[in-house]
This record gives sequence, C-alpha cells and structure tokens, in this order.
Amino acid sequence: MALIELKQIFKTYHIGNMRVPVLKGVSLQIAAGELVALMGTSGSGKSTLMNILGCLDRPTSGEYWLNQKEVGRFSADDRANLRNRSMGFVFQSFNLLARASALENVIMPLSYATDTISDREARRRGREMLGRVGLDDRLDHEPSQLSGGQQQRVAIARALINRPPVLFADEPTGNLDSNTSSEVLRMFQELNREDGITIILVTHDPMVAQHADRIIRISDGVIVDDVGYRIEQKPQAVIAGRISDSGDIS
Amino acid sequence: MTIHRTVRTALQALRRNPMRALLTTLGIVIGVGAVIAMMEIGNGSSSAIKKSIASMGANTILILPGTAASGGVSFGSGSVMTLTPQDYEAILRECPSVSSAAPMVRARTQVVYGNRNWVPSAIAGTTPSFLEVRDWMDLSEGEVFSDRDVLNANKVCMLGQTLVRELFQGESPVGKEIRIKNVSFRVVGVLGAKGANMMGSDQDDILIAPWTTIKYRISGSTLTMTNQSSSTSETSSTVNTLSKLYPGSQQSLYPVKSEIQAADNPMPVRFTNIDQILTAAATSEEIPEAIEQITATLRERHRIRQDEAEDFTIRDMTEMTKTLSSTTKLMTNLLLCVALISLLVGGVGIMNIMLVSVTERTREIGLRMAVGARARDILRQFLVESVVLCLVGGGAGILLGHGGSQLVRLFLNWPVENSPGAIAAAVLVSAAVGIIFGYYPAWRASRLDPIEALRYE
Repeated sequence: MALIELKQIFKTYHIGNMRVPVLKGVSLQIAAGELVALMGTSGSGKSTLMNILGCLDRPTSGEYWLNQKEVGRFSADDRANLRNRSMGFVFQSFNLLARASALENVIMPLSYATDTISDREARRRGREMLGRVGLDDRLDHEPSQLSGGQQQRVAIARALINRPPVLFADEPTGNLDSNTSSEVLRMFQELNREDGITIILVTHDPMVAQHADRIIRISDGVIVDDVGYRIEQKPQAVIAGRISDSGDIS
Repeated sequence: MTIHRTVRTALQALRRNPMRALLTTLGIVIGVGAVIAMMEIGNGSSSAIKKSIASMGANTILILPGTAASGGVSFGSGSVMTLTPQDYEAILRECPSVSSAAPMVRARTQVVYGNRNWVPSAIAGTTPSFLEVRDWMDLSEGEVFSDRDVLNANKVCMLGQTLVRELFQGESPVGKEIRIKNVSFRVVGVLGAKGANMMGSDQDDILIAPWTTIKYRISGSTLTMTNQSSSTSETSSTVNTLSKLYPGSQQSLYPVKSEIQAADNPMPVRFTNIDQILTAAATSEEIPEAIEQITATLRERHRIRQDEAEDFTIRDMTEMTKTLSSTTKLMTNLLLCVALISLLVGGVGIMNIMLVSVTERTREIGLRMAVGARARDILRQFLVESVVLCLVGGGAGILLGHGGSQLVRLFLNWPVENSPGAIAAAVLVSAAVGIIFGYYPAWRASRLDPIEALRYE
C-alpha cells in the first residue's frame, strides 16, 4: 500500500474573474521509503503540487490519501497537527529564526506538538538531531554565524525533530554552492537509506534530481514522465543498489 | 502549547529586537508613568486641598441650643439654654465619629489694654480642644492655656492677630495683662493668622479664654449683653433693681427652687449652660454619621421621647463639604481623562509596531504554521507578546512615575501621596491595553496563509 496516493488532483486559482488551472488531474503513488524528485520548470505546477502534498494547501478537487487517510478534506487545525506530526519541511531559503540559537531553531516545532514533552527532553532531542546532521559543536550558534550549508543542515534537523515519516524539500540546494549542495543531498540520501524516511525533493535542477531514485516530471499541470516508478515493486536490495549508484555520481 | 512556553517564545521574539521592543513600549512606559506620577501628585494635592478646606472648618459640626416658642411665636435658635458642659463631655465620650469637641461660651464686650481698647468680634470661652476643632494649632507666640486653667477658671487668654494689632501695636502681648469688663486677664499666647472665613468675616478678631472664666467672670452677668453701648451702662444697671422689668434683662441661670426644695437640699443646684458645642468629625465623609451619633446622644441625655422635637439644633458646613467633594471629584476625573488619553496613545503605538512586526515576521509565521502551529497558536503568541510588552512597559512606567513623583516631592516640596490603587490599576490597564491593541495584529497574523507567508519577501 502506498504511503501517499493522489487521485485526480485538480487545483484552480481564481485571480479576479479569471480561473487559472494549475494542476489538471494529477494522480500518483509514492511508497514509504522512496526518494522522489519532483521536477518541472517554473510555472509547471510543481510547487502547487508540493503544497498540496505538504498539506499546506487543499486541492480544488480530487483525493489525497496519506497513510490510508483522506487528508485532502482535513480542517486547517487538523492539517496543522498533521504537518507537525508526520511531515518535515526544508526550504530553499532555510527559514531559520534569526537571533535564535541552532538548538532553539531545531526544537521550535516541538512546542506545537500536541503531546508536550519536557524542556530537558526537548533539548536532548534537539542536540541528538543536530548531532545527526553533524553540528554537535554549533548548538549555540545563531544562523548568522553559520555557513549556508550548516544553516540548511540546521533546517534539516528541525524538519526531523518530530520524527516524521515524510520530508519535503523545496529547492533545498537553490541557495547553496555545488560543494555544499552535494553535501546536503548526500545527507538526504543517508536519511532515506538509514532511517527509511520518505523524501520528496522539489527541484528544477537535473543534477539535483539525479540523486533521487525516482523522478517525476511535471509540465503544465500534468505528470509527463515518471522515471523509476517501478522501483516500488523491486526487491529492497535493488533499491539500496540504486542509491549507492547515484551516490557515486554526485 | 503551554502558556509558559508561549511566554518564553514571546520573550525570545522580543529579545531578537530589543531596541524596537523598547521604543514600542515607550508609549506605555510614559503613559503609565504619567498616570502614576499624576495620581501620586494629584492625590497629594487633593488631600492638601482637602486639608486646607477642612482647616476652614468643613468638618465642624455646630450644636446650638433649641428654640423656645411661646404661643406660636418662635424666639429663634439659642433662645433656650439646654446645652450643658456635661453634654459636651458625653459627645466626646460616646460619638466615635467625632474627633474633637469644644464647648463655647460667647461674649461680646470691650477689651482694654493700657489706653487702647477694642471690641473683638468674638470672645470665645472654650477649652484648648477648640484649637483642635478649628485646626488652628499653629501659634505665632506663647502657648495654649491648659485644661487646668479651664478647671480653675484662671484668668488667662489667647489673642487673635487682629486683636494684637489693635491693642499692642507691635509690642509682644505675651505675659501682658488686659482687662475685659474690669477683670484682668494674662495673655499666654497669640494665635496664628487665619484670615477671613468663607463669608468674609475676620477670624483673627478673636479672644480665647477658658470657658469657665468667661462664663463665671465675664458673661455671668452679661449673657445677653452683646451690645457694647448697653454694656457700658450695664455696670450701673446691675444695681438697678428695676432692670428685671425690661426685656433686655438677664435671664435666670438657676431654676427657681421651692422653699421645700431649698430646705431639703441646701446645696445650690449649679446649673450651667453653654452657648454652643463645636465638634469636628474625624473626616468629611463621616459628618453624617457624626450628626446621627450626636443626635442620639443628646436625645438620650435630654430625655426627649421618640415623638418629641429636639431641644437642640445641629448645623454642618454643607456648602463647604460640597465644595470639597466636588473639588476632589473634579481632580479625579481630570486625572482619569489624562490617564485614558495617554494610555490610548500608548496602545495605538503598540498596535502600530505590532502590525509592523507581523508584516516583518510574515515568513516566520509561515514557517511556524508549516511546522504545525495552528491559527490560535499564532494568535496567542502575538497576543502574549504584546501583553508582555505592555506589562514590562507598565512595570517600568510605575517605577518611572513613582520616581518622578518622589523627585517632585524632594525638589519642589509638593505634597505627594502613594497610591497603591493606581499601581494596581496601571498593571491591569496595561495588560488590557496589550490585549485590546494587540488583538488586531495578532488576528491578522493568525489569518495569514502559510504558503503566501512562506513566499513573502
């Protein structure tokens, strides 16, 4: 059973009296543990699709099943809880809180969790997460004291603090140079391989998309290409092999 | 999201831009500071005004003997002699709302010193507590006669400023002897200047002596002889056996005893009346209670039945009391207006900056929403932020205002009074300002669309 299943998703924006259809019937399935790249030129609808996948937006019509739940019709509060519990977000511009330490940034989502944990436990988990992304020595640094790559790793740690099954990354390397880009992408692969986190990468850059197991191409609101879709049906060993292959490429 | 975590988040957010937080809250700081300073200085002046009005006699209650009437013709108040020194003692003893009381025996006659003479507008026979009742404790010279002088009917007196000026012309009167109706009085003290009263009559034109002395040595023979011209001829009229025939003649102080009574009780019944009892209520608010208590006490002492009319009259200074309370009310309302305006201005400042802050932090709001903050979490965060700002500002304002009023007290010697009520109100009002003026920006923040907010540049 797929972790994520979209059935005939339409999304239409209304600008004044004009109806602007952005997504025109997108259907796809993503299994748990996949590393998927969502590719498309700007204006293709890939960001809109990601917003819907990330429960930041609701489709105009169609069904969105996440973990056997129809989340496309959830209320705003329920979607907020869902985002908090089961999704992590990594943005192009990092979106860290300025003048707050790396640790504070990382544990920020915990304060919105419905099951509250103690401050000590939160800090312990935050340190653990920062250690996981290799920043144990930068706990008290503020974003302005960190390099771009380090900032993005703090953002990744923040996205993972609630141990979500799905991670969304919107152009995660857009603001990074090529060295740090590959560093961050390697981290995504690692997380996908070792922790089994489903990762959805949104990018327009083919070099970035190459790091994914599966590349979904979107153009003009429809899926035009879905390379590697059959991976789901392949044995696990093969998946691992592919990942190491792509790792070599970078 | 627990409340202490919300508060901590708010504090972190404010710490991120301390300068702006400071400037934002400056409106509240100044507003609350002004309110506290105004309240403390205003309360001080208001009680100083109260005090000075009270010193004009606003708290005094005058008890006069009742009215005699004969065949439907009333003789006006004071025409019967029903008040006794014992009444005065009883009032002092039994009325808790009365802070002090003094008996009054009045006379109007000539005062002579050397070759000068003067008729003071009042010769008051009383006790030392008269000065307390009239709030006339400051003497310009000498001292107050004592209660012992009252008991012994000693021939001592105190003079008002006008009298001193007229009789002594720059000399010090203390220790000198003056004569009133050929009775020699030693001057023991000179009263401080009091000026005219509200009706314009000179309050310094007065001579004060023990009431016993005035009663038994001066007015004992001239109780109704207030007219100076008749007083001069009075010495001769005392020997005139026909004087009793005339209406101006002196009334008998003693009840006429029957022969049998006289035989049964050879001791003379010494019935002494006094002209007035002057009392002061503890505060101007207690005047009605004091009047009630005095009425009850006197009715009981005079054995007046429920349905009988009182044989005494009580007067208070309603007009002055009204002035007093309207002054205080005006003062309070004025302060309240100033306070409201300054807090309103401060609140608008808070709202303004919070709106700027919401706009500036749109991305942060988007991010918080993306990681799972619900609309009400955002609303609460911004609301708490503005309340924290206002409370901090309020606290600083209280310190500032209190410090300011203390400085005023130190350097300008203005009367200042601490006002815990104003401080409590300031805390409440600044929290309220935070909520009221923080609500709209917080609501705006909570209504943001996370996608738009994340993309906001």
